[in-house]
Order: sequence, then C-alpha cells, then structure tokens
Amino acid sequence: MTSLPKRNKDAKKLGLVIDLDTCVGCHACVVSCKEWNTGGYPAPLSDTQPYGREPSGAFLNRVHSYEVENETAQRTVYFPKSCLHCENPQCVTVCPTGASYKRVEDGIVLVDEDLCIGCGLCAWACPYGAREMDPVVGVMKKCTLCVDRIYNENIPPDERKPACVNACPAGARHFGDLGDPESSVSKLAAQRSTQEPLGDLDYQPTNKYLAPRKPKSVPNAKPLEPVNQNQDNGFIGWLDAMLSRLNPPT
Amino acid sequence: MNPAYSVLFFTCLSGAGYGMLAVLGIGVLFDMLPRGFVFGIVAMGACLGLITAGLLCSTLHLHHPERAWRAFSQWRSSWLSREGVAAVATFIPAAVLALGWLFPAVINATLWKLGAFASVFGAIITVLCTAMIYASLKPVQQWRITLSSIPLVPFTYFGFALAGGMAWTQLLLFIFEGSRASGISIPTCIILAIAWWVKLLYWKQVDTQANAHNLLDATGLKESWENIHAFDSPHTEQNYLQKEMGYQVARKHRDFLRRTAWSGGGILPILLSLVGMWAGGPAASACALLAVALFMLGTLVERWLFFAEAMHTSSLYYDNKG
Repeated sequence: MTSLPKRNKDAKKLGLVIDLDTCVGCHACVVSCKEWNTGGYPAPLSDTQPYGREPSGAFLNRVHSYEVENETAQRTVYFPKSCLHCENPQCVTVCPTGASYKRVEDGIVLVDEDLCIGCGLCAWACPYGAREMDPVVGVMKKCTLCVDRIYNENIPPDERKPACVNACPAGARHFGDLGDPESSVSKLAAQRSTQEPLGDLDYQPTNKYLAPRKPKSVPNAKPLEPVNQNQDNGFIGWLDAMLSRLNPPT
Repeated sequence: MNPAYSVLFFTCLSGAGYGMLAVLGIGVLFDMLPRGFVFGIVAMGACLGLITAGLLCSTLHLHHPERAWRAFSQWRSSWLSREGVAAVATFIPAAVLALGWLFPAVINATLWKLGAFASVFGAIITVLCTAMIYASLKPVQQWRITLSSIPLVPFTYFGFALAGGMAWTQLLLFIFEGSRASGISIPTCIILAIAWWVKLLYWKQVDTQANAHNLLDATGLKESWENIHAFDSPHTEQNYLQKEMGYQVARKHRDFLRRTAWSGGGILPILLSLVGMWAGGPAASACALLAVALFMLGTLVERWLFFAEAMHTSSLYYDNKG
C-alpha cells in the first residue's frame, strides 16, 4: 500500500547519521554497498558493460565532492547521498502499484521488486536522486538500509549494521533508531548542528547530516615569513648573513 | 527531464482522444451531431483509437508491462494510478455513447445522453489525472508553476485536449456534413487560441521564475557557507539520474521550438479552419485534415519542451554549470 503509515510518536525510525566533518570521501561506503546489495536480497544490483567501454550500473549510494567557502574559510566537504528514508516520502505515494512502501515497524522505505512495473515515477518524485533504475532487472532500486543485514541472525551481532556503516574507515556513518531520543544516534544528532537538505520541500528526512564544524579562525594572525630556502654555505650564504646584519629582518 | 517518446505520444494522443470524447459527448447532449451510423462508427472509432493508441504508448514506458494491471490498485495516493482507473472506467460510458450511434433501438435517448454526460465527465477527470502526475511532483519547479495561485499545468493539458478534440471533430464533420457543419470552425479557432494562450502564459511564468533551489540548499550547507562547487564527479560515466533527470535542453533552440510549436500548431490550424469554413466542399476537408496534422505535430513539440525544459532538484548535486 503506497499510502503512508499512520505516524506514531514512539515509532522506531531507523536511519543513518552522517558526519560531514569526518567523511574523507574514500567511497568505501559506495563500494561496500554495491558489494553487499549485488549479492543480496532479492536480485543483483546490475551493471551494463562493467568491464566494457561504457560501464554503467545502479548504485544505492554515491559520494559527491565539493569545495565550499565563506568570508573567512574554505574547505572540502564530501557528501554521501543515499535514501534518507523520509517521514513524508512522495516516492512512496506516487507509486501506482504498491511496490514502493514505508515500513510501519521501523520506517524503512523499500521497493517490493515483484510488484514494480519500472515506470520510474518514484525516481522523479525523489528530490535527492536516491533511486536508480536497475538496467538489467528493470525495477527501481534504492537503499534498503541493509534490511537483510540488520535483522540477520546469521551474522555476528556487532555486524548487524548497514554495509556502508561497517565499511566506513573514518567512523563518519552511524546507524540507529532516530525515533528514540535516548539512542546514541539521536544524542549525536542533538549534540551537533544538523542540516536538512531541501527542507522546504517537506519530505522530512530521517537520516541526518552533521554539519561540518566551522574552521577555527586565528585572531590577528601575522602573515607567514618567507622561509629561507638558501642553505648555501658558500658565497651566497655569506652575502645573506652580511646583508641580514646590515638590514635586520623585522 | 527526459522527454521519452512513449510519454510524449501517450499524453498527446490520449489527450486529443479524451478531448474528442468530451466534444462528441457535448455534441450528443445538445443534439448538435449527425446521428448516422457511419458517422458514429468513424467518430467513435477515431476517438477511441486515439485514446487506446495513447494508452498503449504509455505501457511502452514500463520495464514490466506485464504487471501494468497492478497500477489500478493505488488510486488512494497516486495520480498515475488514478489516471489508469479513470482511463479504463471512461471506456464504459464511451461504449454507451458509441452504441447509441450504432443501435439507436437498444440505447434510448435518455441512456445515450446519460452516456454522453458520463463520457464528458470521465474525459475531464482522466486528463486532470494525467496532468496531475506531473503537476504534483515537488522536485520539478516548472510543473508546479502557478498564476495567481492557479496551477497552470492542468489547464494547459485541458486546453490542448479540448483543442485537439475540436480539430478532429471539425475534420469529421467537414467530411460527413460539408458546409452544413461550418458552425464548428469558429468555436474550434477560439479553443485553439485559448489553449496556446494558456501555454504562452506558462512559458512566460517559467522564464520569469527564479530557481527555487541551489546546490547549497540541496546539500543543506547554506547555513555556514556562501560558495560551493563540485570538484570531482561521484562516478566516471553518466548514470540513470543524469540520463533521466539531468536532460540538458539545447537552450539555443528553445525559443525557435516554442515559436514553431505555437505558430505551426496554433496559428496555422486556426487559419486553415477559417479557410475551410469559407471554402466548403472537399477543400474544407483538406484544410481540416492539415489543421489536425499540424496541431498534433505542434503539441508533440510543445510536449517535448514540457519535459526537456523541466529541471529536477537531483541534478543540482551534479553542479552542472551549463
């Protein structure tokens, strides 16, 4: 059913908290996501010409690389983008067949691939570009929050997390219940300032992005002295020493 | 957005078909149409042919057309599903309307008019649903455009559907009734003019609309940062998103295509209708045929632009400066 489930104040809201300050843009989450999901439930995450001239394929996670600046600072921000498992997901309500749905029990947005007709309208309805059509299977693919890992009793309990979270070498990705204010992810999000992409469209993402901290600015910092690159001990070194004595550096 | 041929032909053909169904329905309600058996077969055949051809084109857009029947299930939330339900449901009164011409003994006048009324209603609802599939998408600001808080996209769809219906009906009336049917030409011209006028309003609004979002909004980085640019692509080859949403319209051709659409699909059909009305005889039919052909081509160009010009927020992430 593509109508949204009734909101329950205490409902579980599984999602990711992604720290943009910590992400180093290594794409390990992208690769591990592809690896897990191409072998997992319920059909491969296909590619066309994977080793050919124009490799292309469906991915559920992509990392964008940006340079940002303001009056006082510049920095690099890596922006990993996958489904935000929104509270108000129009990708679900536009689905004509009931293939796209939001789970009542944990808020994960999923596609039932046996019902999907591959019309692509849900991808048009997602403002974040989180859904990609599988070029071989012909059904819509999206982040499942590794629903086949997180409840999987055949893998060790500490690995029952989305593949991207397990893979992140920087510890920038955190997984948990954002509906529970006492959970570690909720506390993390509360400590740091979060930013909502395209908040005015009112999709109400569950995933949170922790904003990059403001770079420290040094008050009244002097410009750096030029480094003396002349290590010559011969005539030039003697001349430099003599001139420095006549004209001492300030 | 990617102007897929299947969707272009679907919206243009079924739009004209439902417009024609509405025109025929109104014609029957007010006793303005010939009651002949042959006229009925040809008119309803053309009308239902356009509708069916359009709906079949829409299934070509699906990767799993064998599951298309499932699309009738989610009418509570989905405009696409509502469109499917309304399209199929409208075949019932349309069949009554058709049978009224074929078997007047079976379908009495009251039932026929009831069928005509329901056909008009069904046609309006179906075209509204088609338009709302696009007008309801929040990530595409062009399709949500309003003028004094009236959404324009549904009215452009209504306009072109009705104008197409009038042009097709004019053609059939000229063929069957000759100069006796010249009364349809002035209303046809007026509706053609209104349809393109609404479209020109839409284009004017699109051109004056500021971009609702930029990359800082899309990443949520606007709180602390003023400038942003992408310094690397997230992947080496074009992906589905870029092919589907990042469709780069050749802007240098935009104005030319718009002019071609409204002059070829609007002005010329109006002039041809007036010439046909004045000339009468076989020349009138020839003019009306040319008017229909030009109108359909004009709406195809217009519909191509409708998709090609529309921009999706997901393409912001790729920071295309083009």
